[in-house]
Amino acid sequence: MTHTARSRWKLRSLAIVAILALLAAACGGGEDLDEGAGTDTGGDTDSPAQDLSGETVEVAATWTGAEQERFQMVLDAFAEQTGAQVRFLSAGDDIAAYVGPRIEGGDPPDVAIFPQPGVVDSFAAEGSLIPIDDLVGDVVDADVPGGRDAGDFEGELYGLWWKAAQKSTVWYNVGVFEGAGVQPPESWDDLLVAGDTISDYGVAPYSIGADVGWPLSDLFENVYLRVAGPEKYDQLAAHEIPWTDQSVKDALSTMAELFDDPDQLAGGQQGALQTDFNGSVTQAFTDPPKGAMVFEGDFVGGIITGETDAELGADADFFDFPSIDGSEPAVVSGGDLAVLLDDSEGGQALIRFLATPEAAEIWAAEGGFISPNTQVSLEAYGDDVSRRAAEALQNAADAARYDLSDLQPTEFGATTGQGIWGILIDFLEDPSDVDGTAQALETAAKRAYGE
Amino acid sequence: MTEGATAGVAAGGRAAAPRVDPDGADGRSGSFRPRARRPLAIALLFLLPALVLLGALVVYPIVFSVGRSFYDATGSRFVGVENYGEIFSAESTLTAIKNNLIWVVVAPTVVTALGLIFAVLTERIRWSTAFKVLIFMPMAISFLSAGVTWRLIYEQDPETGVANAAVGAVVDVVRPPGSLPGARPSDEEAVEQTASGLETTATVTPGDTVAIGLVAIPPEQIPSGATAAAEPAAVENGVGGTVWLDFTPGGGGEPGQVDAEERGLPGVSVEAVDADGTVVANATTDPDGTFTLPDVSGDVSVRLGASNFREPFSGISWLGPALVTPAIIVSYVWIWAGFAMVVIAAGLAAIPRELLEAARVDGASEWQVFRRVTVPLLAPVLGVVFVTLVINVLKIFDLVLVIAPGSAQREANVIALQMWKTAFGARNFGLGSALAVFLLVLVIPAMLFNIRRFRAEET
Repeated sequence: MTHTARSRWKLRSLAIVAILALLAAACGGGEDLDEGAGTDTGGDTDSPAQDLSGETVEVAATWTGAEQERFQMVLDAFAEQTGAQVRFLSAGDDIAAYVGPRIEGGDPPDVAIFPQPGVVDSFAAEGSLIPIDDLVGDVVDADVPGGRDAGDFEGELYGLWWKAAQKSTVWYNVGVFEGAGVQPPESWDDLLVAGDTISDYGVAPYSIGADVGWPLSDLFENVYLRVAGPEKYDQLAAHEIPWTDQSVKDALSTMAELFDDPDQLAGGQQGALQTDFNGSVTQAFTDPPKGAMVFEGDFVGGIITGETDAELGADADFFDFPSIDGSEPAVVSGGDLAVLLDDSEGGQALIRFLATPEAAEIWAAEGGFISPNTQVSLEAYGDDVSRRAAEALQNAADAARYDLSDLQPTEFGATTGQGIWGILIDFLEDPSDVDGTAQALETAAKRAYGE
Repeated sequence: MTEGATAGVAAGGRAAAPRVDPDGADGRSGSFRPRARRPLAIALLFLLPALVLLGALVVYPIVFSVGRSFYDATGSRFVGVENYGEIFSAESTLTAIKNNLIWVVVAPTVVTALGLIFAVLTERIRWSTAFKVLIFMPMAISFLSAGVTWRLIYEQDPETGVANAAVGAVVDVVRPPGSLPGARPSDEEAVEQTASGLETTATVTPGDTVAIGLVAIPPEQIPSGATAAAEPAAVENGVGGTVWLDFTPGGGGEPGQVDAEERGLPGVSVEAVDADGTVVANATTDPDGTFTLPDVSGDVSVRLGASNFREPFSGISWLGPALVTPAIIVSYVWIWAGFAMVVIAAGLAAIPRELLEAARVDGASEWQVFRRVTVPLLAPVLGVVFVTLVINVLKIFDLVLVIAPGSAQREANVIALQMWKTAFGARNFGLGSALAVFLLVLVIPAMLFNIRRFRAEET
């Protein structure tokens, strides 16, 4: 009798121990909150090389791989000038989800680089950002055309447009083009013919990194800008016309011409869905190549030089996104904006530093970077390819449109697996369902706009 | 914060259970020391630290979240139960709920069953401690790093993914890849792709020639030793032909024509097939791509067998939309099986040996002993392990976030992940709180079950 009673007690204590173990596991992984508290000393804006030794500045950004290394070089230069310690925080693709909890927790990084103005607006609206007009307002007005539009929210400047992206480029493997005997196409129809020829040659023509979906949204924007024209583009960006508009369906049908033969995608559809953006670039420029063309912006160049042995200009080059049905030349641009989350001296100094041409020239020399700052001379670019892309952006001026998905509310335009990104991933899987895709986009847009 | 709330709630429930016990004890011991005589102030004093902690870490966040869930994204407008309606109308949350259901049904069952099997088996082997340590080891790894490890294991490319490398090693032996994977006919009207290979659409008779041009062969896959392709030559009583790469390097060749710079494809197996579909002759191509099918009579079509074109194993999409949830559950089982095993093994050790011996003496087989004696005696432990895992599984988050690639994250979505994305990604704290409250409601039955079990054991 006593025996069973004791074993039962044993069982219960075991259970309690088990639960405590679980609890401990659940509570683990707290974050240390050793931050130098919000030092609020606005003052001395003049001396660029102020002494910040002992200060730690945290910067969150989405860059990885070669891009992260180059940005680190910029940060190192800042650290050298000021003596501050700079910590780079890798935020993953969904920077809002990374920075959000840090803000809630009262310990935001000093500076974050947001890849979408839409995110700047979302955070500015809830009061998490610190206006930077006093720090760099003059520089932006004088030297960064379009910089105020990109970084402003309700009349105050919150984001410093630091890195421009020229997203209307198509990168190609020169060796494959030569082997297949095709020329860089100028029209969409030529592109499709070239694609078929390259496929006959034995290489999948298109390498698409559809793992997260933003390269797909960039592709859609380029097609849409050409199929529907800049005016409709602006209307769609502001959701003045619905996503079920015929122009959207036309653009989707055009895009489907790339997807409907899985042989033409590197790795097939499933392969594309599991390839991240960096992978889609490296697999097209390694030997033997798995793909021939990458539809993405100038920054592809940086990944090619940083992560493959291919040489820009010789092994890898780009052509302008082809015209569709005789459309005028047009450019989809984008960019990364630096925001100030913590009004610390180090954070302010870093924002001021990023606004200088010198900071931009460090990365420009390495490739894969275009500065929207006109004070950055074209000579500063380390290679002809970047210089050409930078020139194209400067020349496009009126026909340039800001990346459409980046202007959307975060939920619709820039959340992993949701909204535009998620729905276009579905579309890649089933390119025949144009109407369903347009409907899904409209439903998601309505939800995000709160209509 | 909201995530902390649910975790805290679950914790609170479990922590509260033993705290209930003193009350029960009071009730029983009341016969010789009435409750009324105990000074209330002292009781409160002792309870105070616990109450303050519970209040600040559990009760306040819950109340706050419940309240917050009735407001819109920014917290400025009262929307009633609209957020809850949203949970059951948005496709993303419905997928999350469906997946949570799959998780709760599958994961705790498999983990408990495996734990039981390991626990019983380790009792019988020599190196049981080493084995137990091995199985328990994953518990010592953080979920994040375990997730990263499994993401690598599941990579689609057999070159990087261990799972696919293992499957591929077997598949490539059973079905060796052909020499020309992915090749297509250059003239799809003259040669069609069928299940058994590439076959000419028109039939030929002895003395005819056949030219089969192929494309889509990457330069590095052209068989070594290939020489310039030769025009097909006619033979008597047979069919002569050429199989060649109908793509002039650098472009410019005429499709369907054997052009000067085009190369033959050696080593391709060629069959002549008669009207009934039986193979009447075989040949293999020479370095210049030519072949001769001898002794053919009547109308035949010429076929390049499917084995020539078989793709090498390209990997199972473990993390594709179809398999992603089962794949993540496997990694969860890997982590938690050790926990279940250790707890159940401890329970097993507490079972009186004489009962098992008695059963054996009475002539029960080992299976009967296990089924009729061991398992019933272990039932309380199994129940605790199972329910604990149910609570743990309901709030699964990290593994899904880390393992599922972006393209499959919607298919792999679970409530806790959706809550985090909604609240901190899309900055909609109203809907996020509603999801947190919903998760809490789902956990409550499991908590009540645990509390009841403790109470039952008291009496």
